[in-house]
Amino acid sequence: MTIRVLKPGLWTTVQDRGRYGYAHLGISPCGAADPLSLRIANLLAGNDEYAPAFEMTLLGATLEVDQSAIVAVSGASCICKVGPYRVAEHTAVEVPAGGVLQCGPINGGARCYLAIQGGIDVPFVMGSASTDIRGRFGGLEGCRLQAGDVIRTNKAGGQRPGRLRAGAWDELRRSGPIRVTRGAQNDWFSPDEWAKFLAATYAVSEQSDRAGLRLTGETVTPRERRQLLTDGIPLGAIQVPQDGQPIILFVDQQTTGGYPKIGNVIAADMHRIGQLRPRDEVRFSEVSIPAAIEALRQQERWLQEIWQD
Amino acid sequence: MKIIPASDSSLLVVFGDTMAPEMQARVLGLFHALQAQRDKRIRNLHPAYVSLLVDFDPLAMSQEEAVAWVESAGGDGAASAVNSSRAVEIPVCYDQECGPDLSDVATHAGLAVGDVVRLHSGATYDVCFLGITGGFAYLGGMPAELSTPRLATPRRTVAAGSVGIAGSQTGIYPPETPGGWRLIGRTPLRMFDPQAGPPTLLMPGDRVRFTPIDHGEFERLWQERR
Repeated sequence: MTIRVLKPGLWTTVQDRGRYGYAHLGISPCGAADPLSLRIANLLAGNDEYAPAFEMTLLGATLEVDQSAIVAVSGASCICKVGPYRVAEHTAVEVPAGGVLQCGPINGGARCYLAIQGGIDVPFVMGSASTDIRGRFGGLEGCRLQAGDVIRTNKAGGQRPGRLRAGAWDELRRSGPIRVTRGAQNDWFSPDEWAKFLAATYAVSEQSDRAGLRLTGETVTPRERRQLLTDGIPLGAIQVPQDGQPIILFVDQQTTGGYPKIGNVIAADMHRIGQLRPRDEVRFSEVSIPAAIEALRQQERWLQEIWQD
Repeated sequence: MKIIPASDSSLLVVFGDTMAPEMQARVLGLFHALQAQRDKRIRNLHPAYVSLLVDFDPLAMSQEEAVAWVESAGGDGAASAVNSSRAVEIPVCYDQECGPDLSDVATHAGLAVGDVVRLHSGATYDVCFLGITGGFAYLGGMPAELSTPRLATPRRTVAAGSVGIAGSQTGIYPPETPGGWRLIGRTPLRMFDPQAGPPTLLMPGDRVRFTPIDHGEFERLWQERR
């Protein structure tokens, strides 16, 4: 089956789990900014949970399919139509042969995921279909979707589309502070500065993307001005450059960097970072590493328990 | 060797706080020892000047298990581990067209352009690690006379293969990218090819020498790479 891109949306790329095992060559993980929504969209469509899908940002894409296709959109809220008919969110729907799926503005978050039964057929580069925009490879030859692109899908694997039980989606909409653990250079900051960071409310700057979310608000300052020798950056690290305005390093991040890292977003909250929009407000709260791991285990259990039958 | 948690999914192994060749040997020794384990629970290893970040799947491995794994695999052996360092020759065209900042670097150093080229191509460099972007190698061992601060305003685009200087570091830009390093030349070699295995020309631990070539040779090799 082929998909023709009528409108690409604001920023639509092919993403999957991401590209691991190549950081020592300078290669970023990339992958879905909200991996939880990617997995749910794929399971709804009857795919393997990490099959390559479209990640749509702030404004969805309009796509035409040449054969009937089962699709599912999940993630932030997005009004989608097949022809003139509105389709339900977080549910598998069929687009008839020659039909058009139109995804509108995305609300209540930044991104949603469009999974097509069978998954998108793009070459795997270093084990992943994810688009690496900075490296210009992966996905659609390293590019975001453009009008006129024609993209193939794989044959469906015969898995049954999943159905969410009522109310499951709302349980994911966690509010409250983003949970963080202490970063590798947390001790470069005094306890007072750390407390100040945790008490502050930051705004997500317009200059934010998949590589990093720049925050504006309370300035944090290390005890002394010294240069950090470039070191490795974990996913979700919160680094503090000279201007004292923190940056959350995210999926398209550099593998190494030279600013002290005060904290790190916990794995269980990474999907929430992927849903932050410019001008959103964020706060942080500290948790211990065991608590962070327990939250991740709970999330995995939740993902098992949200399905009907 | 100090091991600290960097996140719920990673550890930072720190060997010290000053750049030195011995430090680099320990980082790379541990990196090669861990890499050789091919442990599925490990997602990524990020070697750097004095540290190694170990990124693991926290559902498959606890922090304690990760610490124990690093200690048993790397531990004391790391310092003595000899990595199979390769020698890589990189042809570079050092001229004003390929290296628009060549004369500025010479002026800053109080040297003739020819001396800058002789010094830069006369040294042997170590690939300390790769970072910033796929295939970008941080090279140690540049003659101190060539140290030049970065550009005050980075260029919007730097041509692929450009050889630059930033402070005491020198390196090669793999793809076309923005950047603030002072450009002194350009190599026609492809530093990064995502389709190739391995995708980068250089690997951590390699030893690098630059061989000067003239502009005609550069053009010829550049055509060949397509």
